[in-house]
Amino acid sequence: MKRLALFTVILAGVLFAATASEFPRLGDPDSAPSRHLSPAYIQGSLPQTHTPNFVTAVLGDYRGFDTMFETAVVFLAGMSCFFILRALRRRGLTEVYYYRHKPTGVVLAMLAPRRISPRTSCFERIDADWTPQDMVVETMCLFMVPFIQVFALYVIAHGHYSPGGGFQGGVLLAASFILVGLSRDLRTVESLLTEKTAILTAAAGVCLYAGTGLLALFFGGNFLDYGAYASFFGAAVPAARSMGILIVEIGVALTVMATLVTIYKLVSSRGTVEEGL
Amino acid sequence: MILEIKIAMLVLVIVCAVASITIKDLLGAAVVFGTYSFMMCLLWVSMAAVDVAFTEATIGAGISTVLMIAAVFRTTRRTKD
Repeated sequence: MKRLALFTVILAGVLFAATASEFPRLGDPDSAPSRHLSPAYIQGSLPQTHTPNFVTAVLGDYRGFDTMFETAVVFLAGMSCFFILRALRRRGLTEVYYYRHKPTGVVLAMLAPRRISPRTSCFERIDADWTPQDMVVETMCLFMVPFIQVFALYVIAHGHYSPGGGFQGGVLLAASFILVGLSRDLRTVESLLTEKTAILTAAAGVCLYAGTGLLALFFGGNFLDYGAYASFFGAAVPAARSMGILIVEIGVALTVMATLVTIYKLVSSRGTVEEGL
Repeated sequence: MILEIKIAMLVLVIVCAVASITIKDLLGAAVVFGTYSFMMCLLWVSMAAVDVAFTEATIGAGISTVLMIAAVFRTTRRTKD
C-alpha cells in the first residue's frame, strides 16, 4: 500500500512537471487571461466599485457568489467538527473537578456532583494537567490581545485599500481568542465567547452575506448586485458597491472568527469544552 | 526580489515539505509545517500576491500550527508507522 502511494505521488509529480512547461510565464502579456480578463478588472474595478485594491473587488463583488459559498463551506467545516468531536456528557461517567486554594496552593479533587461555588474567591478551578503558569507570559499575552483585535478590525475595514479583508481579519480575531486560551485556560475563552454564541455568530455571518445578496433583489437588482442599494445609501452606484463589499466582508469575518474558535475549543479539549491546553 | 533569496526560499520549501512528512515526532512535524507555511507566504510575497500571502501567514503559519499542536497534545506524540 505504501509503495502504491509512493508510485501515485511520483506519477502525479511527473505529470505536473510535464504540464508546467505549458503554462504561460509569470506576467506574460500575451497569455489568455492577460489579454481580456486582467485588464478588465484592473481598469474597471476603481470606476465600477470605488475599490482601489481590486483583489477585494474581485472577491467581494465580481466573484461574490464564490466567496458566499466559501463562507458557507467554512461554516459547514465548523459544524462538522462540532458533530464529530463534541462529546456530550454521559450519565454514570465519573468526573473529577480540581480546585486550588489560592493562598496555600493546596489542590482539592471533588467528585462529579459536588462542586465548589465559583463565587468563593479563595478557590480557583484548575485543569487536571495544570502546571504553575509563568506570570510574565500570561500578562504579556493578555496585554497583546486588544492590539491584535484592533489590528484585525483595521484589516477588515481597510481591506478596500490595502491587502486584507474579511477572511484575514476574522482569522486575526480568532487568534486573539486562541491566545487567551493558550495563556490562561479554556474556561476564560468560554466565558468570553460561549459555544452557543460562537455557532450562532457563524450562522449569522453566512446569513449576513446571503441576506445582503437577497435584499438586492427587492431593490430591483440581481442577486449579490450591491449597486442596487444606491437609492438606499443615497450614493452613486460605485459607492454603493463599495459599501456592499464592506458589509459582506463583515459577514465573512464573523463566520471565520466563530468557526475557528469553535474548532480550537473542540480540538484542544477532546470535545468536552471543559479543560483546554 | 533577489534571485539568491528566492532560490533559498524554494529550497527551504522543498526541505520543509519533505521533512514534515518523514519526521517521526509529530510535534516537530507540526512546527516544520509551520515553517513550510511561512516560506510559502514569503514566496507569495515574491510573486506580488500580497493578499494570498496574508492569508497564508495567518491561517497556515498561525492558526493551523496551533490546531495541530493541540491535536498532538490531546492524542499521541509518536507516529504509529
